Amino acid sequence: MSRKLLLEHINVPGIHTLDVYRQKGGYRAVEKALKTLTPDEVVEEVKKSGLRGRGGAGFPTGMKWSFLAKPEGVARYLVCNADESEPGTFKDRYLMTHIPHALIEGMIVSSFALGAKTSFIYVRGEMMPQIRILEKAIAEAKNAGFLGKNILGSGYDLELYVQPGGGAYICGEETALLESLEGKRGNPRIKPPFPAIAGLYGCPTVVNNVESIAAVVPIINDGGDEYAKVGIGRSTGTKLISASGNLVRPGVYEIELGLPVEEFIYSDEWCGGIANGKRLKATVAGGSSVPVLPANLSLKLANGEPRLMSYESLSEGGFATGTMMGSGGFIAFDEDQCMVRNTWNFSRFYHHESCGQCSPCREGTGWMEKVLHRIEYGHGKMSDIDLLVDVSKKIEGNTICPLGDAAAWPVASAIRHFRDEFEWHVKNPQLSLDTNYGLANYAEPIAKAVSTEN
Amino acid sequence: MSDKVKVTIDGITVEVAPGTTILNAARQIGGDIVPPAMCYYSKLEGSGGKCRTCIVKVSKGSEKDPRPMPKLVASCRTTVMDGMEVLNITSPEVIEARSGVVEMLLINHPLDCPVCDQAGECDLQNLGYEHGLQKTRYEFERRTFERIDIGDKIQLHMNRCILCYRCVFTADQITNKRVHGILNRGDHSEISTYIQTAVDNDFSGNVIDVCPVGALTDKTFRFKNRVWFTKPIDAHRDCPTCSGKVTLWYKGADVLRVTARKDVYGEVEEFICNTCRFDKKKTADWTIEHPTHIPDTSVISSNHYETLIPLPVIQEDERLKEANRIELEKTTKF
Repeated sequence: MSRKLLLEHINVPGIHTLDVYRQKGGYRAVEKALKTLTPDEVVEEVKKSGLRGRGGAGFPTGMKWSFLAKPEGVARYLVCNADESEPGTFKDRYLMTHIPHALIEGMIVSSFALGAKTSFIYVRGEMMPQIRILEKAIAEAKNAGFLGKNILGSGYDLELYVQPGGGAYICGEETALLESLEGKRGNPRIKPPFPAIAGLYGCPTVVNNVESIAAVVPIINDGGDEYAKVGIGRSTGTKLISASGNLVRPGVYEIELGLPVEEFIYSDEWCGGIANGKRLKATVAGGSSVPVLPANLSLKLANGEPRLMSYESLSEGGFATGTMMGSGGFIAFDEDQCMVRNTWNFSRFYHHESCGQCSPCREGTGWMEKVLHRIEYGHGKMSDIDLLVDVSKKIEGNTICPLGDAAAWPVASAIRHFRDEFEWHVKNPQLSLDTNYGLANYAEPIAKAVSTEN
Repeated sequence: MSDKVKVTIDGITVEVAPGTTILNAARQIGGDIVPPAMCYYSKLEGSGGKCRTCIVKVSKGSEKDPRPMPKLVASCRTTVMDGMEVLNITSPEVIEARSGVVEMLLINHPLDCPVCDQAGECDLQNLGYEHGLQKTRYEFERRTFERIDIGDKIQLHMNRCILCYRCVFTADQITNKRVHGILNRGDHSEISTYIQTAVDNDFSGNVIDVCPVGALTDKTFRFKNRVWFTKPIDAHRDCPTCSGKVTLWYKGADVLRVTARKDVYGEVEEFICNTCRFDKKKTADWTIEHPTHIPDTSVISSNHYETLIPLPVIQEDERLKEANRIELEKTTKF
């Protein structure tokens, strides 16, 4: 079994209550940080740990914290981004449902490190049960004296609020989240200024993913150096992976970064292989926004070495043969899945979720969605495939926020790796309507992986 | 230390005050290196960054940090740094990305220029001529909306809107409450007032002037005439609410339309009030100044040449000039 840092006690009955969480060593990090460390020392520990943002971009958390402007007399805020709505990602919901106190403990330590007196957890509006759970947990923590005035006699005050969002994907973008939190329309702001300089209500703000904040707890408990020993290279620590798709055992897994992709898919400890004895066709390694990879490139790098679940290894080879860690939404497709349909489905999502602020994304996502719909339903033309590539290039990099890129990458990568399937749809319009499966003639049969353990 | 920063745009260096945006620095140089701007409006706080037509390439970040910026940036919202080098029309990448943006702006635009009041003074038309394709690659139905009346003098034709948010910023600036904004999301978002209430303000008519396309039109001028058949004359009146400096658009002896005066970038110089705009349509109401200067590149200038010699369209041929010297001298005498 690999090491678990976040989900170690996930199966303990009643771990969502403060008492059980305390019995299992909960809130040790708060006591340690508030009683023995200074805020700068906490930031230093996080820096040492090499923790990278778990929300998608993978930016080092400690570095992000050290960029926070600290002008005199201006409030600072910590905002937790729990607006998890990427197709394929459901790890934060799992964490908040089952061990809400891990997030709250992380919030207290992180707020202390940043000097924030008020912190917010912005939860996606659809997650009403999780909002209730968090609010209950916050009330428990407050009764126990971990929140409120003069926490544990350290003289540090913190109020923690849960704010339900309106259920928009775009509000997961940090500046759109801040706009939404301020009660405005959730449009991403134009950067610079970055939130670290002028964020919520114009004050310096740090926005972190749920998992990043929860990961601060083991970092403080065991020390940054200890955390950095887990994982591989610059990808330190553990990562929650939401595995979904045609897997024998989909679900949320905590892996040590550096686990081979092949082992993750086929090992019985993890996903247990592809469901119904079929073969793997493609994977999306980090949520719908990252480029899709065919089976051979998912398991092996272009040079034949095994691909690992780490920030570096997944993005090895750039976009030609690589993908991204993203938020850890791992989707596996078996041989009978239609890539065109899947690409259309992703595209439809981005079309629906584009905020409509800047032109390339507003118009381009809809355009791609319509063209993909046409191809999938047997009305496509050969020129449509190049048109899609061209439109995705026109969107990519020309928008205010990364949603444009996120909409363009799946389309561009699907055409890059599965062009023959798009062409098959154009050439066989009738077949693409009634026998749209079993197209994986190019997916090499992959022998069942031998577990590297034992 | 000098308090000016140096920025080089397309090889032309200019010194500007710190905090100036790349777009405004380019405007200080002037000419064809100025990036087009569909949503940025210097008089509206917070505008810009949305339409992406003004994107430029920053090939050198600054003197201190010479790394280039990884992506193309919106010049209207990116401030200059000392020693920054910017490529606009000299970068093929920028030109291609910009034509992509123009294509995106046009795919849901109805292209009903023949019946649009804005035709002839439309920023999108100019941009389309400059960067657009001859035909569209978009083969789907365009989005459509019902026309809405915002008050009795302004009509909103949402089909034509490119969602530049300029009118939203205008409404935010002139009113205390948020009455005018965006509904919905993505490509079905629309400009609207809350359940079609009017923007109740003396200056609400300015949303017509700031609109870069024909989405907000003046109902008192609607379908009266094409702009290039009318003659713009600068005039003023003693107005208690605004500066009273306007442009009158004449057809014959009738004032068909009153607008604020616009500068070379199509931005109004001073906002005017609704009384001046909608109610004062007699020559007697105004003190006439002089014909408005219209750049030769505008279709409106086809009616009033400032010189009798038409624009040179081909390279001058000295031999022919010499041969026709007598005839040419006659024209200059006129």
